[in-house]
Amino acid sequence: MANVISDETMEYVGILAKLELTGEEKENARKDLEKMLDYVDKLNELDVSGVEPMSHIFPVNNVFREDEVTNGDGSKDTMANAPAQKDNQFIVPKTIG
Amino acid sequence: MAKEYETVIGLEVHVELATKTKIFCGCSTAFGGAPNTHTCPVCTGMPGSLPVLNKKVLEYAVAVGLATNCDITRYSKFDRKNYFYPDNPQNYQISQLYLPICRNGHVDIDTAGGKKQIRIHEIHMEEDAGKLIHDEWNDTSLVDYNRSGVPLIEIVSEPDMRSADEVIAYLEKLRMTIQYLGASDCKLNEGSMRADVNLSVREVGSQKLGTRTEMKNINSFKAIQHAIEGERQRQIEELEEGREVIQETRRWDDNKESSRPMRSKEDAQDYRYFPDPDLTPIVISDEFLAKIKSQEPEMQDAKIARYQKEFDLPEYDAQIITSVKKMADFFEDTVALGANPKKVSNWLMGETMRLQKEKGMDQDQIPFSPENLASLIALTEDGSINSSVAKEVFEQVFADDVDPKQYVEEHGLKSMNDEGALRGIVEEKIAANPKAVEDYRGGKKKAIGAIVGQVMKETKGKADPGTVNKLIKEILG
Ligand SMILES: [Zn+2]
Repeated sequence: MANVISDETMEYVGILAKLELTGEEKENARKDLEKMLDYVDKLNELDVSGVEPMSHIFPVNNVFREDEVTNGDGSKDTMANAPAQKDNQFIVPKTIG
Repeated sequence: MAKEYETVIGLEVHVELATKTKIFCGCSTAFGGAPNTHTCPVCTGMPGSLPVLNKKVLEYAVAVGLATNCDITRYSKFDRKNYFYPDNPQNYQISQLYLPICRNGHVDIDTAGGKKQIRIHEIHMEEDAGKLIHDEWNDTSLVDYNRSGVPLIEIVSEPDMRSADEVIAYLEKLRMTIQYLGASDCKLNEGSMRADVNLSVREVGSQKLGTRTEMKNINSFKAIQHAIEGERQRQIEELEEGREVIQETRRWDDNKESSRPMRSKEDAQDYRYFPDPDLTPIVISDEFLAKIKSQEPEMQDAKIARYQKEFDLPEYDAQIITSVKKMADFFEDTVALGANPKKVSNWLMGETMRLQKEKGMDQDQIPFSPENLASLIALTEDGSINSSVAKEVFEQVFADDVDPKQYVEEHGLKSMNDEGALRGIVEEKIAANPKAVEDYRGGKKKAIGAIVGQVMKETKGKADPGTVNKLIKEILG
């Protein structure tokens, strides 16, 4: 049951992931994604009725922290990651709204 | 005959929770910090950082859920909502899609037609985004992540509202409830409460919902009113002219008083949610629920009833005083100091609210202490000062929280009740006003007002008007 991913889907996934792929990259990605879907199909053959969906890999619940300020001024470290900055803020291309 | 239309409205209300720290890290949520000073690897989405849920966020969310009659989800978890935008450094927002913390609630609102129930579909916990500012000079945008990771709850209603009035009543109800719980200050104008309005129209009698639009960026009750009326008209015009309403997100522009569609690129509604593997599931125990329930404060309706019963306050007063939680707290604190409840209510509803309005302050800003109001009331009750002096002193209490007793002494404002001291001045003024005396004796009882006025003037308002009146009548026989 080989999955086939259409050109439109490849285009759409590219937009969502903000990736611009060359023709060759796109073909490789398509093959990879098709294999993944085939694998999911394989998993779907299993009967999992009555099995709760797993949302966390460890059997741990309720990990909380108290509402106490533990961090000081982090701006120096944060801004060290900025490719461009002004007045201690990240400069990004203009956004609307 | 023209068709009649009905407006169908549902709300998504974001409320910023009043925690000291962010939802998943120990950064401060304090307002007004210099850009990016309240940031760390967690709230700026650095690879390898580990978010841990702030317990207080869960407690507030459950408290709001209980107060709005929701079922609390006993097994809840967080999901990632994926999208790219510069205010979102992780490229996903941590939110709850599959198992939100609260579901199936409702609140009752008062409408022109009586009580109405507005159902709540769900309440979920999530994180706020950073702030983008447009840099006019360079035509770029600047990002400050101080707000990134500030805890929010989103309260999603069912499409149960039919008018702007109902929407406002619903928002007021939520605001009051949440303020009473102390979970948020819910200020629309400061963004700690934000409403997105989902609106559609349909012909009266139709059961089918029309195509809805979502309006964002509405930050005052007035704007909500205008946005709802404007969007209703726009949709009706589309339908009347044979066009279709397009499902889209529209941005409300408060200055232009109109909405326009947001760019479709911003609006790609494919968020590919999946469970967040960094955060553990939340299991709510009976003990946890019982604890939150036991902490629920007395809510407004209960206070209104109690104020009437316990303090003999008129219902009108009780309603006004309790409409702001801080005002109600202040009232109770002042009464606890022994002040007469009706007098306290009068000072709060009268002079306090007048001065707040005059100075452009919010009703929860009471700039003086219950002790000083109680002391001022005591001075009026034992006759130490008369009512016009009391107003003057109150202005000082309001402005600088002065100790009224000390202020009255320092400025020599004590009432002159001493008949001996007043008698001389009264006699002098009677002698200086033969015309008023003659009129009074001729039957015009009001004529002595002129003499009272002159005595008050002479004593700089400190004379007790009652005593002065009594003396004049006594002397004139
Ligand atoms: Zn942080």
